[in-house]
Amino acid sequence: MEGNIAILGYGLSAIGPGIGVGLVFAAYINGVARQPEAKGTLQTIAFLGFALTEALAIFGLALAFVFR
Amino acid sequence: MRAQSAAGSDGFVAPDVSDFWQPLFGTDGPFAVTRASVVLVLSVVGICWLLLAATRKLSLVPGRTQLVTESVYGLVRNSVARDVIGSKDFLRFVPLLFSMFILILVNNLFGVVPPIQFPTMSRVAMPAALTLVVFVLYHYLGIRKRGVVGYFKSLMPPGIGIGLGLLIYPLELITYFFTRPVTLALRLFGNMFAGHLLLLLFITGGEYLVFEAGGAGMMVAGGVSWFMAFVMTVFEILVEFLQAYIFTLLAALYLAGAVADEH
Repeated sequence: MEGNIAILGYGLSAIGPGIGVGLVFAAYINGVARQPEAKGTLQTIAFLGFALTEALAIFGLALAFVFR
Repeated sequence: MRAQSAAGSDGFVAPDVSDFWQPLFGTDGPFAVTRASVVLVLSVVGICWLLLAATRKLSLVPGRTQLVTESVYGLVRNSVARDVIGSKDFLRFVPLLFSMFILILVNNLFGVVPPIQFPTMSRVAMPAALTLVVFVLYHYLGIRKRGVVGYFKSLMPPGIGIGLGLLIYPLELITYFFTRPVTLALRLFGNMFAGHLLLLLFITGGEYLVFEAGGAGMMVAGGVSWFMAFVMTVFEILVEFLQAYIFTLLAALYLAGAVADEH
């Protein structure tokens, strides 16, 4: 079986952000369910948190193709 | 391209990065006119034509094209620019944000429109150029508002001591000058690239299983692969909208951070 170990690195780097993005949006849904009028404010914060959390997975994807 | 031609000879060759480098005119070097640049020019012409045609005859009771154009503009103006930057001085950023949103959206959607089928943003130079505009602009606005020394002072989060500040400040510098621009460009690139690569894999893999591999079981597997390609295409359309929205939203957030009064 042939392949590139860097792709495994991408898989590992996606675990943390996967959990993190789940937590961010879980909190967002909770917040909107409790207080629907705060949706606009919460949406911005949720997407900012999502963007910051997702960064590691993106680095992983980029590096998986850099070190091949 | 290469994956399809090589599939017949010795087993299936999975699509990879080289499938995205498609020079159309000129040399194979850095000045080649690639498929991505042709699609980009096509999208700019298309957007100009669409927006001019939609706003030529404006009426109080909007027609169909005017309604669609106005709702896209309204999305960027109200739920991105006004909510993020604040109702005081968001209007001067609306042209930039709207241009970015519609350029990215149309280019992303070209990834699944049949005769074109190439997402421009799957070449990293395109999102990098868009990110450079945002990166230069938010530093420029911050420095113009506070001065060079004041700007670097304002990067420090308020209300923490000097000891903790020495630890936090380098991290803040890395965030502002490295992580923000790099992730902004790579997020768009990564999503478009990975999504298109996945479609390529399912379609060429299905083609190999049905026509080359032989056997009824392989043909069923190829059909399943093609069905997955269809499902992923629908998912891609969602991702393409979402990435255009997120890019614009984050650009607005970074600009808002530079022009905000309080940190």
